[in-house]
Amino acid sequence: MNFKHKYFFLFPGLFVLIGILIFPIIFVVRLSLSGWNSYNPGLDYIGLENYIRLFTDDPRFWESFFRLSFLSVTTVILQYVIGFALAHMVWKDIKFKRFFRVLFLVPMMTTPVIMTVIWRTFFHESLGPVNDLLSVFGVAPKWLTDPVIAKFTVIIVEVWQWTPFMFLLLLAGLLSLPKEPFLAAAIDGASPVRKFIYVTFPLMAPISIGAIIIRLIEASKIMDTVYVLTSGGPGTSTETSSFYIFIKGLREFQMGYAASMSFTYLIIMIISLTIIAKVLTKVLLKE
Amino acid sequence: MNKLYIFLKYFFIVVWTVFVVAPFLWALTTSFKDFQSVNGGVTYIPWVDFEPNLEGWKVLIKSPAKGGVDIIEPYFNSLFVTCTASLISIILGTLSAYALSRYTFKAGFVKNNDITFFFISQRIMPPIVLSIPFFLFLSSINLLDSLTGLIVVYIVLLMPIAVWIMVDFFNKVPREIDETALIDGCNPYQAFIKVVLPNSIPGLIVAGMFCIIFGWIDFFFAFILTFTEVQLLPVKIVALNSSVTPWWSLSASALVSVAPLIIVAFIVERYLSKGNLSGAIK
Repeated sequence: MNFKHKYFFLFPGLFVLIGILIFPIIFVVRLSLSGWNSYNPGLDYIGLENYIRLFTDDPRFWESFFRLSFLSVTTVILQYVIGFALAHMVWKDIKFKRFFRVLFLVPMMTTPVIMTVIWRTFFHESLGPVNDLLSVFGVAPKWLTDPVIAKFTVIIVEVWQWTPFMFLLLLAGLLSLPKEPFLAAAIDGASPVRKFIYVTFPLMAPISIGAIIIRLIEASKIMDTVYVLTSGGPGTSTETSSFYIFIKGLREFQMGYAASMSFTYLIIMIISLTIIAKVLTKVLLKE
Repeated sequence: MNKLYIFLKYFFIVVWTVFVVAPFLWALTTSFKDFQSVNGGVTYIPWVDFEPNLEGWKVLIKSPAKGGVDIIEPYFNSLFVTCTASLISIILGTLSAYALSRYTFKAGFVKNNDITFFFISQRIMPPIVLSIPFFLFLSSINLLDSLTGLIVVYIVLLMPIAVWIMVDFFNKVPREIDETALIDGCNPYQAFIKVVLPNSIPGLIVAGMFCIIFGWIDFFFAFILTFTEVQLLPVKIVALNSSVTPWWSLSASALVSVAPLIIVAFIVERYLSKGNLSGAIK
């Protein structure tokens, strides 16, 4: 094929993306080496001071990071298990197949913050339906104000919102699987459970890895939901990294320090996602 | 064994369906309530538990001066920003994806896969990392609190999705199509526009739907980069939440914002059923 033309196809998109992104990324690094705050807005140079502060004197950042890891790993595992189950159920013919498929997709089409506003009324401790129905059993969990339960509320909302995405990727995967292995299994008279363990699941392994990684990337950005649902509270019990950086940077205007946190956070994300991808590939593709 | 499996299957489907539908039903009933039926204890069934009224829906179209919430302008802002950014992302993304799928690039150690990965990896970038420089950058060129500024930012969010889906799709469109067109005397651009694009409509639709979803549901950038001049729908609705919390208008506006994307769910399902999401053609 003709080689002169290829650049005309590639470059517009590539350069627009680089053009929009190059400034922010360089700027974050530079900003992280400055003491920019509301008293002293400007790009002075203070060396690695921000990073030293972050690594030696800010347990709140690391707590928020471990909280984020906990929340994203838990939600993604739940989404994967439920999403796979749902996809497997509406994969073959069942009644109202298309109705269920559309229905299971709907939550991901809704704006997370807007649905979270609804969830807030849903979990309202005295006026919401959940506690009203639970009062039959004589319990009234403090969904939004108990430090432990609030985490689970966040998880419930995230699972509701994003299981459909997992469902979509896995169902698309299931629909693209070749037919022959299933025919062979049917001829061998394999039970549904064995068929799943020995045929469906191994065939789905590459797609599973992709879906889990994509969801982990998106889940690590949890912020909107937390902002609206609990504002990081009670205390800091649902505060995630993004939310903490947001508070430091755009509420307290410690831009320099927030930039150093953003950059550290980005590096940690890239490293941990790479490791997770490697481990998953090893575990799931070994069989 | 088999009966148990079928029972469990339908049981699970029903439980999940209830879970999916519950917040929508709650929002729908709440939108017809008034102060008394929200604050006087939990009520569920209209006409039985409470007397429904249209106050929650009426305030949506009233002007703010008369105590309305005026979501019409934010609604069109959201539509405009989402559609424009999606369109630009799709055009640029499709061109790049076509190049990455059909030609080989090599610049030092950078090859096709690395370029594709560069595009897609932009999704890894946590929004918060970009938000601070974008904030300062847009304010320095006077685009803070404007639609143009938001569109620029959304292109970064959406183009990776377009490239991701379209590279995968073009890889499955047979190369012979382009080659035949080239032999018939088209130049590469004509071949692309007249032959490849018409054969890629399912892929373009799926990519478009994903861009629209991820553009429409963004809150974070709209929240940080706009204030008073321009408001997008999610920001407007969340702002309602912070005040006295009139649950009825809150619910009504939430339902209105969710409605258009239900159509997207139908379109996505349609192309999913035909097996097009995984890029298969013919």
